[in-house]
Amino acid sequence: MAQTFSPQVASEQHSVANWQSRLFHSTLNNRSLAIGLLIIASLGIVALLAPWLAPHDPYLQNTANRMVPPIWHETGSWTHPLGTDRLGRDYLSRLIYGTRISLFIGIVVALISGLIGTTLGVLAGYFGGRVDAVVSYLLTTRLAMPVVLVALAMASLIGGSMITVTLLLGLLLWDRFAVVARSATQQLRDAEYVQASQALGCPLHYILLREVLPNIAGALIVVATLEVANAILLEATLSFLGMGVQPPSPSWGLMIAEGKAYMFFQPWVITIPGAALFILVLAINLLGDGLRDLSAPGGRNE
Amino acid sequence: MSSAANPRDPLALELCALAKTFKLGGGMLHKSQTLKAVNDVSLRVPRGQVMGLVGESGCGKSTLAKMLLGLTKPSGGDVLINGKAIVNANQKALARHIQPIFQDPYSSLNPRQRIAQIVGLPLRIHAIGTPKEQALKVEEMLDMVGLPKRAAQQYPGQMSGGQRQRVAIARALIMRPDLVICDEPTSALDVSVQAQILNLLLDLKDEFGLTYLFISHDLAVVEHLADRLAVMYLGRIVEEGTREQIFNAPRHPYTQALLASALTPEPGLGVPDIGLGAGQPDPTQPPSGCAFHPRCPVAKPQCSQQSPALSAIAQGAAQATHQGSQARVACHFA
Amino acid sequence: MSNLLTVKQLRVDLPVAKGTLHAVRGIDFHVERGEMLCLVGESGCGKSMTSLALMGLLPRKAQVNADCLNFDGVDLLTVSERERSNLRGARMAMIFQEPMTALNPAYTLGNQLCEALRRHQRVSRRAAHDRALYLLKRVGISAAEERMRQYPHQLSGGLRQRVMIAMALMCEPDLIIADEPTTALDVTIQAQILHLLRDLQQEFGTAIIFITHDLGVVARIADRVAVMYAGEVIETASAQALFHAPSHPYTQGLLRCIPTPGKTLPGSRLQAIPGVVPSLIDKVAGCAFCNRCDQADERCHSTPPLQTLAEGHLSRCHFAHQLANPANLNAQEVTL
Repeated sequence: MAQTFSPQVASEQHSVANWQSRLFHSTLNNRSLAIGLLIIASLGIVALLAPWLAPHDPYLQNTANRMVPPIWHETGSWTHPLGTDRLGRDYLSRLIYGTRISLFIGIVVALISGLIGTTLGVLAGYFGGRVDAVVSYLLTTRLAMPVVLVALAMASLIGGSMITVTLLLGLLLWDRFAVVARSATQQLRDAEYVQASQALGCPLHYILLREVLPNIAGALIVVATLEVANAILLEATLSFLGMGVQPPSPSWGLMIAEGKAYMFFQPWVITIPGAALFILVLAINLLGDGLRDLSAPGGRNE
Repeated sequence: MSSAANPRDPLALELCALAKTFKLGGGMLHKSQTLKAVNDVSLRVPRGQVMGLVGESGCGKSTLAKMLLGLTKPSGGDVLINGKAIVNANQKALARHIQPIFQDPYSSLNPRQRIAQIVGLPLRIHAIGTPKEQALKVEEMLDMVGLPKRAAQQYPGQMSGGQRQRVAIARALIMRPDLVICDEPTSALDVSVQAQILNLLLDLKDEFGLTYLFISHDLAVVEHLADRLAVMYLGRIVEEGTREQIFNAPRHPYTQALLASALTPEPGLGVPDIGLGAGQPDPTQPPSGCAFHPRCPVAKPQCSQQSPALSAIAQGAAQATHQGSQARVACHFA
Repeated sequence: MSNLLTVKQLRVDLPVAKGTLHAVRGIDFHVERGEMLCLVGESGCGKSMTSLALMGLLPRKAQVNADCLNFDGVDLLTVSERERSNLRGARMAMIFQEPMTALNPAYTLGNQLCEALRRHQRVSRRAAHDRALYLLKRVGISAAEERMRQYPHQLSGGLRQRVMIAMALMCEPDLIIADEPTTALDVTIQAQILHLLRDLQQEFGTAIIFITHDLGVVARIADRVAVMYAGEVIETASAQALFHAPSHPYTQGLLRCIPTPGKTLPGSRLQAIPGVVPSLIDKVAGCAFCNRCDQADERCHSTPPLQTLAEGHLSRCHFAHQLANPANLNAQEVTL
């Protein structure tokens, strides 16, 4: 008897052992995920290794070397592969250090707003009733506020800086997290495994953190990627408008702002940071799309 | 263990006039409606027995189960477990005595946790034993429900429906409760697997001396398992008695209709014409008098005016005197 | 008389993440005019796939192959999509487990019933309305006139299933495929719906393929039964023969493992079938039931042939003849 069972047993073990490798393969098969991940990983390495990768000090001014064109121009040189700006600072080095600012702000904003939004959404979804009414009120209030305008107004009151921008955006961008967490939690609230842990007398924090949160994490991660991209663009916007990261920091938005006077004669001063911004945001969105595809298919048995 | 509170009490579970009323709707534009999901339910479950609870969807049996598990607060009445009222009891203390086995083995296990975590959770929450002892106990429990050792490291997604239901049973029994609420534990399973699970439930009942409240709509399963049976209709118990009393001599017209509509695998008998009219009435506007009268084939004018009480029926000379074997029925003409 | 539907070597393959799922693996059956054929089996045995293949409702990525798939002279394998949708509803109709998915929530019931007829036949609005009304009354819906103006969500599950049956009957089809039509219903409602289906079938002479996992239902309504396991039909017989003289170990096991009042002792151990259904992904060799079968020996590693035990009683098991004999004795006892 036991022997006749062995094919079944073997196939089950097979599927267990292959779980991780299947995840790996589906990552490879999912092209947008792979491309997004590749770009973000390389930009992440660039940001981490900026002091070693940057050929020059990004803050070092050299008025003798102003507006050197990038390498693909006839007058370009390898000393400054992407040229220099109006103060003679090396553009490539500034771009590399700018990656740090963009990624830092994107990630920290997503963490802050994710924490706020998820907390509010999970509580609203789990308790319903009055808690839900209060959270929904906060949510509609927040949605009625134009993000850029409020951020501009607040930044001009407090004074723009990297910390201000990060905190402001973190406090403003939690709405999508809250909406997604709320509806996902509502669906899970009546799941039998949640009821089973309630019947066991599990403390509330256990139920929310261990039973609910891991099962809505997939949806939240997708939202998080969208919000990272959103925050990076908003930081660039605010910096461009002078209310974000302050000079001489090499923020990409600020680089575009500083270059806008030259854009008709030396267009590369804004196309280079603009392209960098475009590629980073595109990569994050590809990653988000890929993650959504990855978590969407497959029924109960997958 | 607190199960020693009153182990001599012959009743594992007693419900006294238990009721649950829900308010529905009640927005700005609609008038709120009240739904009496469970209405004046009194029931005694003797220790070591299986009490079957049958009824159609919406009859209140799941709400009843939730109240017993402490997941919903009753609107009225008392629940006594081992002779002690639970209404204001601490959920953890309650969990030691009463545990659920749910219907859907796909949604009753957290898909993000390993089986060892799921089965060991009760021990961790109640801080029973060291982590090493807990792991041993989990292993022992998995073995008792017929799962291999390696199952502990698997996720629910890697298991079949029957295996998952075994995990759910292991989780329910690992703290050795007195009472297990089985809410349709096999209705999501294939018949060949259903038999495995029913066998397991019977074995474990003997092994641990459990008392089951077995909720089901499958009368063949209930007849196989239950010592006693209660039939619910629109929030009330309409008939209660031993298996023999209910299956051999059902008194209430609704019980009779239920039994007639159970299709046993006997070819040639055809489908009975049970003639109950349309389905259940709207539970928010239950019929006056006996809630069953609009569908009842023997209803008389009296039935629409007076609600029949659930009263003990005389059993001739051999009338049972000790509690637990008396049959009760709520019908004017039983 | 020729069969209404003839199916030979029907195969349905579905590409899935881990390979190819052989959901239906070469099944043969036929349906005679006006008969009730029950396809019975557990989840994943391919019974629903079979019905969807017949209706042409499988997802596009599914591959359907067959030696013969003949519906009353029409070859369902080569028929154009247009002809097929003319057949659907008009000559073959389907009743689903959950009527809410098949009824459009945005239209009234009267609207949908009439549309079901007028899509296929040139009849006046009035005539369609009259027929809808007649059928609603016939399926036991009171205040039919009023119901015609209602929307699906205003009805209970049992009433919706009655409306689905009325809708299936609008064009007087030759064949109705009912996929677990009573599984979601309460037992009393189930008995009512089954009673109704049986009545209507006799009245209209419609053939029905009734798909279910419930052997109690099968016993009570079927003329003939095809038992499916792991994508194959493993036994075909009349309802009488199947329940009194099952000759495939799986059928025997199924009948043994359901508690039956009068046969199984309450509280006793049921004779469960050990193990689980094999995976149908990629190659399946030999008898698919052999790893759960107490009869199995070396022979079972080769695919068993379909053995004829009696007129119309076929079993796909090497031991069918041996297994049928003791059971035959029992059958005689029963009939005596």
